[in-house]
Amino acid sequence: MSLEAKNVTFYYRGRKRKPVLKEVNLEIHPGERVGLKAPSGRGKTTLCRLLAGYEKPKEGEVLLDGRPLGEYKGICPVQMIWQHPELAVDPLLRLKETMKEVEEPDLAERMESFGIREEWLERFPSELSGGELQRFCLARALGKEVRYLLCDEISAMLDLWNQARIFELLLRETDRRKLGILIVSHDEALLERVCTRVESLEGGS
Amino acid sequence: MRKQINQRQKAKILAAVVTVVLAAVTVCGILFTEAAMETDFLSRNQAPSAVHIFGTDWMGRDMLFRTLAGLSLSIRIGLLTAAISGAAALLIGIGAAVLGRKADASISWCIDLVMGIPHILLVMLISIACGRGFTGVVAGVALTHWPSLARVIRGEVLQLRQAPYILVAEKLGVSKMRISAVHMFPHLLPQFLTGTILLFPHAILHEASVTFLGFGLSSEQPAIGVILSESMQYLTTGKWWLALFPGLSLVLVVLLFAMLGERVRKLLDPASVHE
Repeated sequence: MSLEAKNVTFYYRGRKRKPVLKEVNLEIHPGERVGLKAPSGRGKTTLCRLLAGYEKPKEGEVLLDGRPLGEYKGICPVQMIWQHPELAVDPLLRLKETMKEVEEPDLAERMESFGIREEWLERFPSELSGGELQRFCLARALGKEVRYLLCDEISAMLDLWNQARIFELLLRETDRRKLGILIVSHDEALLERVCTRVESLEGGS
Repeated sequence: MRKQINQRQKAKILAAVVTVVLAAVTVCGILFTEAAMETDFLSRNQAPSAVHIFGTDWMGRDMLFRTLAGLSLSIRIGLLTAAISGAAALLIGIGAAVLGRKADASISWCIDLVMGIPHILLVMLISIACGRGFTGVVAGVALTHWPSLARVIRGEVLQLRQAPYILVAEKLGVSKMRISAVHMFPHLLPQFLTGTILLFPHAILHEASVTFLGFGLSSEQPAIGVILSESMQYLTTGKWWLALFPGLSLVLVVLLFAMLGERVRKLLDPASVHE
C-alpha cells in the first residue's frame, strides 16, 4: 500500500522543452512522514498537485495502492493542505457553511480538538488569522477516508508559535491514524526533526 | 455629531433613486402611449410653453408625452435585449470555459467575428433579416451585444475553475452542482450583473440609431429614433424643440443607466468594500 509517483514528467502548456519535473519517483507509505526539499522553482508544489490529482502527469503515473489516482471517485483519499489557507476556503462563505460540505459526524469534534472555537465558525475566512484558518483547513481535510496528506509549506507564513502548534496537531492526528504525509518545506532543520525520511528534488528546469 | 454617509451608502441611495426614475419614466410612457398619439391640429407646431412643456409637433401632438412614450419603449426594448444578451453571454461564456479546448476555440472565434463587424451594421442586417419592426430591432440588438460580456464570463470561469477553494471542494467530494451554485455563481454574479446593466445604454442607443436610420421600429410607433428622424425635416424651419428634448432625454436615460451600472459594480465589487 502506497502513494506513488512513478517516472513522472510534467511541463506546462507550450513548455515541453522545459519540464518542471522530469522522471520523478517518490513513494509514501502509510504512517510515514516524508520530507521534500528543493530550491524555489524546482516543482515542489507541482509535485504536490500531481500527487493530489489536481494535475495529470504528461508522462509516468501517480498510483494509489497500484491504481491510478483518477479512478477514485467521491472524497479523495489524498488531500492537500495549501501554503495559503485563505485561498483554500471560499471567501464568500462563513466557515460553518464551508464545514457543512464535508458530511461527517466527527467533524465538529475534530474542529474542537484542533482548537477551532465554535463562534469562529460564524465568521468569514477574512475574519480569522492565518494560523486559525490553517488549523481549520487541516481539520477539514482529515476526514475518515483520507489516508495521505500533502502539506505544501503549510507553516511558511506563520509565526513560530503557530508553526509549532500546527505541526503538533498534524503529527498527533497523522500518527494516531497512521496516515502517510508529505511535508514540503524550505526549512531543512524542521524536516530533519519531524520526518522519517527526507527527499530532495533535483533536476527539472 | 453629524452622521457621515460612506461611499457604499451613497452608492445605494443613488442606485435606488436612478432605479425609481427609470421605472417612473417607463410606467409614465406606458400610461401616456394613447396621449402621445392624439393629434390636435389647432395647436400645431407650438414652441415650449406652460401648457406644452416640450412643445407640439406638426400634427399638434404633445412632445412631452411622445418623448415619455419613446423613452419607455426604448427602456423596455433595452431591458428585453439586455436580458437576452446577458443570458446568452452567460451560457456561451460558461460553455467556452467548460466544454474543452475545441469548443473554446470555436466560441472565441465567433466572439472575435461578431466583435470585428461594426455593431450598427450588424444590427441593421439582422433587423432587416427579421422583418424590421419590434422583432427585428430586438433580434438585432440582442444578437450583437453578447460577445464582450461572454468574453468576461469565460475569463472569470476559467480563473474560478483553477481557484484553490474549488479544487479543494472537488477533492472533498462536493457535487459539481453545488460547486457551480455555491462556489462559482456568487463570484460570477458581480461581473454578470454589472455587465448586463451596462448593456442597457448600448442597446438603447443602437435601437434609437437603427430606428433613426429607418431599419428599426415602424414610423407609427412613438420611438425616440422615429421622433428624431421625423424632426429632421422640420429643424431647418426653426422647430428646434422637436429634436432637442427627445434627444436630451435619451442622453439622460443612457447616462442614468451607465450611472446605475457603475453604482452596482461598486456595491458588488469586493475591492470597494471599505470605501
